[in-house]
Amino acid sequence: MTTQPDTSAAPKQTGFAATDVLVNEFDGGPDTVQRASGTPEELQPHTELGLKDDEYDRIRQILGRRPTASELAMYSIMWSEHCSYKSSKVHLRQFGDKAPQGTRMLAGIGENAGVVQISDDLAVTFKVESHNHPSFVEPYQGAATGVGGIVRDILAMGARPIAVMDPLRFGAADHPDTARVLPGVVAGIGGYGNCLGLPNIGGEIVFDPTYQGNPLVNALSIGVLPVERLQHKEAAGVGNVVVLLGARTGRDGIGGVSVLASATFDEGAEQRRPSVQVGDPFMEKLLIESCLELYDAGLVAGIQDLGGAGLTCALTETAAAAGTGMRVWLERVPLREASMSPTEILASESQERMLLIVTPENLERVLAVAEKWGVWATAIGEVTPAGDDGSPGRLVITWNDHVVVDVPPGSLADDGPVYARPIREPADLILLQADKAETLPRPSTGDELRETVLRMIASPNLCDKSWVTEQYDRYVLGNTVLAQPEDSGVLRIDENTGLGVALSVDGNGRFARLDPYEGAKLALAEAYRNVGVTGAEPVAVTDCLNFGSPEDPAVMWQFAEAVRGLADGCQQLGTPVTGGNVSFYNQTGAAAIHPTPVVGVLGVFDDVARRIPMGFPAATGEGDLIFLLGETSCELSGSEWAWVTHGHLGGRPPKVDLEAERRLAMLMARASQSGHVSAAHDLSDGGLAQALVESCLRRNVGAKVALPDDGQSAFVHLFSESAGRALVAVPRGHDKAFVALAAEYGVPCAALGATSAEAVLDVRDQFTLPLDEARTAYEATLPALFGGVAELANRHGDPEHAADPTAPASPDRGDEVLVAAASGAAMESAAPVEADGIPAASVAEVKEPSPNGDAPTA
Amino acid sequence: MRIGVVTFPGSLDDGDAARAARIAGADVVRLWHGDPDLHGVDAVVLPGGFSYGDALRCGAIARFAPVMETIVDAARGGLPVLGICNGFQILCEAHLLPGALTRNQHLHFRNRDQFLRVESTDTAWTNNFTGGQEILIPVKNGEGCFVADERTLDQLEAEGRVVARYIRGNPNGSQRDIAAITNEAGNVVGIMPHPEHAVEQLTGPSLDGLGFFTSVLRALAGSTAGAQAGGHQ
Repeated sequence: MTTQPDTSAAPKQTGFAATDVLVNEFDGGPDTVQRASGTPEELQPHTELGLKDDEYDRIRQILGRRPTASELAMYSIMWSEHCSYKSSKVHLRQFGDKAPQGTRMLAGIGENAGVVQISDDLAVTFKVESHNHPSFVEPYQGAATGVGGIVRDILAMGARPIAVMDPLRFGAADHPDTARVLPGVVAGIGGYGNCLGLPNIGGEIVFDPTYQGNPLVNALSIGVLPVERLQHKEAAGVGNVVVLLGARTGRDGIGGVSVLASATFDEGAEQRRPSVQVGDPFMEKLLIESCLELYDAGLVAGIQDLGGAGLTCALTETAAAAGTGMRVWLERVPLREASMSPTEILASESQERMLLIVTPENLERVLAVAEKWGVWATAIGEVTPAGDDGSPGRLVITWNDHVVVDVPPGSLADDGPVYARPIREPADLILLQADKAETLPRPSTGDELRETVLRMIASPNLCDKSWVTEQYDRYVLGNTVLAQPEDSGVLRIDENTGLGVALSVDGNGRFARLDPYEGAKLALAEAYRNVGVTGAEPVAVTDCLNFGSPEDPAVMWQFAEAVRGLADGCQQLGTPVTGGNVSFYNQTGAAAIHPTPVVGVLGVFDDVARRIPMGFPAATGEGDLIFLLGETSCELSGSEWAWVTHGHLGGRPPKVDLEAERRLAMLMARASQSGHVSAAHDLSDGGLAQALVESCLRRNVGAKVALPDDGQSAFVHLFSESAGRALVAVPRGHDKAFVALAAEYGVPCAALGATSAEAVLDVRDQFTLPLDEARTAYEATLPALFGGVAELANRHGDPEHAADPTAPASPDRGDEVLVAAASGAAMESAAPVEADGIPAASVAEVKEPSPNGDAPTA
Repeated sequence: MRIGVVTFPGSLDDGDAARAARIAGADVVRLWHGDPDLHGVDAVVLPGGFSYGDALRCGAIARFAPVMETIVDAARGGLPVLGICNGFQILCEAHLLPGALTRNQHLHFRNRDQFLRVESTDTAWTNNFTGGQEILIPVKNGEGCFVADERTLDQLEAEGRVVARYIRGNPNGSQRDIAAITNEAGNVVGIMPHPEHAVEQLTGPSLDGLGFFTSVLRALAGSTAGAQAGGHQ
């Protein structure tokens, strides 16, 4: 029942496995149900697998005996923090309880991804997920499989994946370990996503020492489906066949979710490398095409992806969702390594696999489609009935006739432990909030402001991110209307009608550290605003909640506050949370990361042709008029300015007024319908100064502005990070209508000036900044920090893996990477460097071709 | 006119090439790597992507696909063939074009909007441009560094077979800034940047890519009689 291009290889799989019964680590055979019943006192390594004593006792209670080795592994996986949400569940309920009514949601929390209807016949599905721990241990593969995993979630809903985005957070930009982690993560995301043929349309890159030992690698994917193609994971239909589709199962990723993702890092994290999966994007591409062909032919009764928790999760969740039982013959699973034990097969997190439920009469056709695409497909089990008394069925798994698992699937998937963990406000919060940035020394003269602008735009968080984003394909599939560095990624969905979507994903760990409730709302507000300023109507939310250890009451308080803030915010904005992910244990030792709720907002365009780009359009005549929307207060605590110029974090974050955000988005949607706005850019990190510089540099168009004379200082106008604001350009002739429209929506609107044919940013009475000078400052930072690493790493031999730490580990490899990183950092001050036979001139020439004027993507 | 677009396992820009050909006014026929039949198409596009996962070398496996055996024969008989990115790599592996595409010198995948200068308008795929015309189309590749021995490079230059060159920056280290070349007959063109991503105002940096597709339609219109007489499958 296996198909593969070379079908002769298939039978060998089971042949090998059968001979291995006698040569595995168990005495005389696997730990069977029978053996477990007869040896109740045998000691089991539940603690090493991440289970607490009382959790282990509960498993014994459920089964009425000790679990077999395989069962123990399955419970440890399914009851892990990562899979069971045992610490977060009691809080996440608010997303359902406070969900706005009358939305377009077709599937929500609990499904592989939320699904939102966007027209009579089309829906989109989107979700953001974390892959933080694997990406720290093994940056390339960790990040690559993060993309692969979220894409399979989208695929499992019946959708064709159409784009990805990546919110990334690293330690200090100039820390040597960042030079190890960042290039690998970026290459992994690019290597996987590019090869999969999915445009990368946006994301974030943030540097902060809080993420030094715990980089955050979140991955978002979006897909589109005809409404009637929506898939479900239920293993319905007694007698239906359980088919494993995709890559063969290997030893990679064992312990990924239970050990890696659900525990705090300590010394020796590199020893956990075997817990990181290894990705094959080519296989995933074939898997996508096979699944879509199977959906369209109506051959799939149920489907679930295999990601973290592998076969264990897919088998138990599909059976539990349907209330049925399942009978699985584990020796039928195609293996990469024939000597794998049943426990390893069940725990493997090998990538690029899907579990299908198909009717017996469709099996041959399913296998034929898999064979067309050159993908393994193997019937490994069947759906069995529920108990005669109406009780749910049982999941029975055998391996060469040994019964290794016999459990109620619901006990794994749904009945895991739930904890209402203690919460306590962090002891230092009051002091932290009292230490306001508003009292820090500020620049005041025009020259000082000019210098501050230059310093800010060159700082790692505000500088140009092309070094990263040029490693991602943003064009493939031909529907990318806007991509990074635009405020939102914008995609055309329907070529005939112009139906489209906008997506933005944002977070601010500093704000959330100062006030997690407001910080979560601010993340929501920023993503919402980013979607709104493109002219799209924001409709739904996904979230990735990155926090420290839930066993720390202070972290748990931050989490509870952030969830409450996000749920309240979504209720107020009318945008439901459709799904997402919680990532706990982001801490090394006792130090937790800043609480970092990352929020993705989806918006819809009836006609994507009316999207508003962020760059000022080429100035003709007197130029377009520039307006500032929203209200500016003196809000500097948690700001990028306080951090860059004073290394300061304290005070309270900016106030958030979601009603004002809603009115701003409505104004922009209306204005885009009438063509009143030629460019719009949201104000967030770095404030007005950053927005002005970015809007100018995008298409190399100058601007002459005067700051409003309203009592606030020039400095506050330029660097405050008040929420609810946007910078817009309005073509002459539209200004009266636009100002009237702003008044209609109650959005404060101040005229700042106009775009200019002269390539300078001129702030009246303060300073003049030639765009060339600004561009040099803005673009030089990341190449100086990371540009040299790949070239230098190349000296160590294998050019294929120069920036890729997945090459076979050698005893001194870690040192080599550090040497390369240190040299890379040295280049910051001394580039171009002549390194081992690479002439400085040629390094510089290849590394940085002259800019081409930053041609816009649209 | 019927333009065939081949899909290999791992092809990614096949849909985009088909869209571009359609916008240019062609009827598009999707061809499958395992089917040697060209279904009577008048020209073929080998699209970008990672055929067979770039196993062994980019394009090295695709070269042996059943459809390629037919395409190689037909190309030698004059069938216009455009290889974009991975398609260019396949054409080199199939020895329809000289040289090879190697890893970008800076070792990174690079995606940016790239200016090119059209050097030759004597090919089936560039006759709608003017000589020396500067165009803007996206480049996106990890292994796009064109290399060949000096004699081959000199020969390409001497015979006017350098079709397009990178200007205002070389994105991958290609020798002599070569972005596109053609065979001696001018019917087979390999190009590393992606003209199919510059065919719509909404989604591309320009409309400059359209010229490649309108060129082949013009070439075919001009040689309909000859093509029918020759009968290139």
